[in-house]
Amino acid sequence: MKPATQRNRTRSTVRMLVDHLATALAVLATILVVAPLVAIFVYLLFKGASSLNLAFFFEIPKPVGESGGGMANAIVGSGVLLGVASLIGVPIGIGGGIFLAEFGRGTRLANAVRFTADVLNGVPSIVMGIAIYSLIVFNQGHFSALAGGVALGIMMIPTVTRTTEEMLLMVPHAIREAALGLGVPNWRSVLSITLKTASPGVITGCMLAFARVAGETAPLLFTALGNQFMSVNLNRPIQALPLQIYLFAISPYDDQHRLAWAGALVLIALIVIAVSLVRYVASRGILKGAS
Amino acid sequence: MGVGIEVTNLNAWYGANHTLQDINLPIPANHATALIGPSGCGKSTFVRCLNRMHETNPIAKVTGSVRIGDIDIYEDSSPVEIRRRVGMVFQRPNPFPTMSIYDNVCSGLKLNGYNNRKATDEIVERSLRNAALWDEVKDDLKKKSGASLSGGQQQRMCIARALAVDPEVLLMDEPASALDPVSTSKIEDLIFQLKTQYTIVIVTHNMQQAARVAEKTGFFLNGRMVEFDSTHKIFTNPSDKRTEDYITGRFG
Amino acid sequence: MTAPLSEIRIRKPETASAPSSGSLSESGGVSLGPLSSGNPSPAAKISEVRRFLLARGNSAFADSAFRGLMMTCAVSIFAIVGLIATELVIQSQMSWHKFGLPFFFKFNVDPDTKLPLFWDPVNGVFYALPFLYGTLVSSLVALLIAVPLAIGVAIFVTEMCPGFLRGPLSFMTELLAAIPSVVYGLWAIFVLVPLLREHVNPIFIAIFNAPVIVKLFGWTGLVGDDGLFGGVNLGLGLLAAGVILAIMILPIIASLTREVMSAVPNSQREAALALGATRWEMIRVAVLRNARIGIVGSIILGLGRALGETMAVAMVIGNTAEIHKSLLSTGHSMASVIANEFSEATSDLHRGALIEIGLALFLVTILVNGFARLLVWAVTRGTPARVN
Repeated sequence: MKPATQRNRTRSTVRMLVDHLATALAVLATILVVAPLVAIFVYLLFKGASSLNLAFFFEIPKPVGESGGGMANAIVGSGVLLGVASLIGVPIGIGGGIFLAEFGRGTRLANAVRFTADVLNGVPSIVMGIAIYSLIVFNQGHFSALAGGVALGIMMIPTVTRTTEEMLLMVPHAIREAALGLGVPNWRSVLSITLKTASPGVITGCMLAFARVAGETAPLLFTALGNQFMSVNLNRPIQALPLQIYLFAISPYDDQHRLAWAGALVLIALIVIAVSLVRYVASRGILKGAS
Repeated sequence: MGVGIEVTNLNAWYGANHTLQDINLPIPANHATALIGPSGCGKSTFVRCLNRMHETNPIAKVTGSVRIGDIDIYEDSSPVEIRRRVGMVFQRPNPFPTMSIYDNVCSGLKLNGYNNRKATDEIVERSLRNAALWDEVKDDLKKKSGASLSGGQQQRMCIARALAVDPEVLLMDEPASALDPVSTSKIEDLIFQLKTQYTIVIVTHNMQQAARVAEKTGFFLNGRMVEFDSTHKIFTNPSDKRTEDYITGRFG
Repeated sequence: MTAPLSEIRIRKPETASAPSSGSLSESGGVSLGPLSSGNPSPAAKISEVRRFLLARGNSAFADSAFRGLMMTCAVSIFAIVGLIATELVIQSQMSWHKFGLPFFFKFNVDPDTKLPLFWDPVNGVFYALPFLYGTLVSSLVALLIAVPLAIGVAIFVTEMCPGFLRGPLSFMTELLAAIPSVVYGLWAIFVLVPLLREHVNPIFIAIFNAPVIVKLFGWTGLVGDDGLFGGVNLGLGLLAAGVILAIMILPIIASLTREVMSAVPNSQREAALALGATRWEMIRVAVLRNARIGIVGSIILGLGRALGETMAVAMVIGNTAEIHKSLLSTGHSMASVIANEFSEATSDLHRGALIEIGLALFLVTILVNGFARLLVWAVTRGTPARVN
């Protein structure tokens, strides 16, 4: 049997080896994760950029077999859908956030609301699609941009509520007291002082929600349905960018694949801008000047 | 100009904590009244009862009567209306960070719907002059944000903001405790001037400050008001032993 | 009285009647402006303000209306979730009236081929087992791939990473979590699937179906032509779905794990190091042990996301309503079958059956997400901080 000092030395060499092995594995995991993900990004950028041209933004898809064309109807359609969605998601979301931060702090109702918002957030987008289909499309008898906008709007609510509440809670209590001390009614204080102070953060929350639903396809499959032509009619089916990407991706035509890549690049660009803006605002400190 | 305050049998609770017990106090008009006492004795709570800010805490409760002028602020009026007549300056300056100096000072007017542009300009200037801040900021009124001033300047701006709504009473909760000595003495001078226009109640930890500034002083201890008399008497010949112990520094 | 009192200089009380003018003589302090000059019009202006404010009223109505409006917004969230649940239940009742609970596990047998027949819209046969199978298998594969990698990345970024890399890495993670499903699907169709088909799967096939292996391990049923990598190699199928799901849930698991690991107080790390532990031992004992509940929570949250993923899966899973052991076989998940067949559903029963699948998905994701949130919350105690 080796003497104790030698055994200890062996044991510590083994421990050092294990430590190095663990480090190596962690680094390996990171490389294995980062490299392919970076590769995806670069591939998307490359394939998308080479397919992107002016026609993409201004023309609608050409009939099958013809080359060229673009996704103008999808871009406009997404704009319409997101407009409707924001009209629904932002006010309700901000209202919910204001309630949680200013009126319901600590109450059981507030906890229940927060929990339910989380539940809503976790609902698979396809399930949201069929629910809105049942509620609106089925009853109206036709697919519509309105139904698609409602589905997307509902999906925005949990994110906007959560971020609004977080941002409002960060406004120092002293500022609220200053407003109330001047005899400003509570509603005015909440809107003109508290919400205004927190507005950079609240706006970025809305941006995040916006970017998230901009890329959603599943809820639109049976609500907005899609449309080959340009349309802004809320009562008719409408095309959307992610929907068009999906349809082109699974089609057998190379030309449409090319357009799908370009569309994907546009979507990615939107996401990157949104995420970067959010990080920028967060890093600058949401409340400039307030201590 | 200012009005007097009559406090009768005031009791206040935070939840189960009986913070103020049977306070009776006549606060004279157009005078400065100081409230002194050790930490946690209830003087801040008392002052917050005078403009119903105590109620913003959901577990707060108040009984008794506070009459400002001729109305009972709890029975005959609402918190919002009272706070326009009774202004408050807080311990730490709390300017509105998204507003310029000009907007900060007139915020009490604007947010209550006052739209007279020309009159507002005059009121802002007057309030800043009364707060001894005009000369330092008159060129940057709309350019600088309220939060970009120094601590002492911010507090004077908060005083200007409180003055702009022309209150009848001005409550000051340790207004200079977060400031340097130079700013402190500027603010004390201010108070000395302002008390001719308004009734001032100032909570202070600093006995010398009370002595410098106020005609009447009340000594609070453990939620009760032990003694209330002219400042001169409190500091030279207090009636209650506890007051004397506090003044001479035996505790607190 | 004692000495300190005499030190206090007391101002003589002044008469309060007339406004004082000019500067204070004693303290050499402030000079007042127009107010002290006795000009009548400023005083009139002041009391105009006072009159204006006195006339304003107490806004009690506006305040309660505002409160009511905000509460309505908050409560509407309840209404929305309730509506969704109700609609799903009502619209699927045709299906659960007809098939009952066996919807989820029964199957017919095709008289011609003697093979199990699950989903036959033409003949009105709707059993959902293949979709449960597809969802489970693809999610399981995704977890098997994603969890070790995500934890490895989280460990690296929290404990080992040099400071300058932290920002870019966390930015990348956020970005990748935000990429839409359909974009991942697009990449999967044109890059991942050919990659699997031509380079990755042949390796597995060579290993799993080698005669030697079959002879040794044939008894497990996992090797050979009838095993995990048997059958035709299309590239599409359960494995492809599992891989793309893994890529999609990796950022979530990694960043949540990072958050729970960061929530472990530094004092724990220091205690372990002070006892002479190596860095890995410190991580294992002080951080991972303390954070394990939260890590489990983030894994379950990743699972929750994987269960509900639709588009990317629909684009690579092959879209057949069958059950096969092989990972190379095509199939369907609960979400992808709905995406594929709903808009062209051939009958009300067909649609009802699809909605019933949607209802099941809804319930399962609520349970899974709720449980996961509970675990993560228990560790980080409320709103997670934005840690770089």
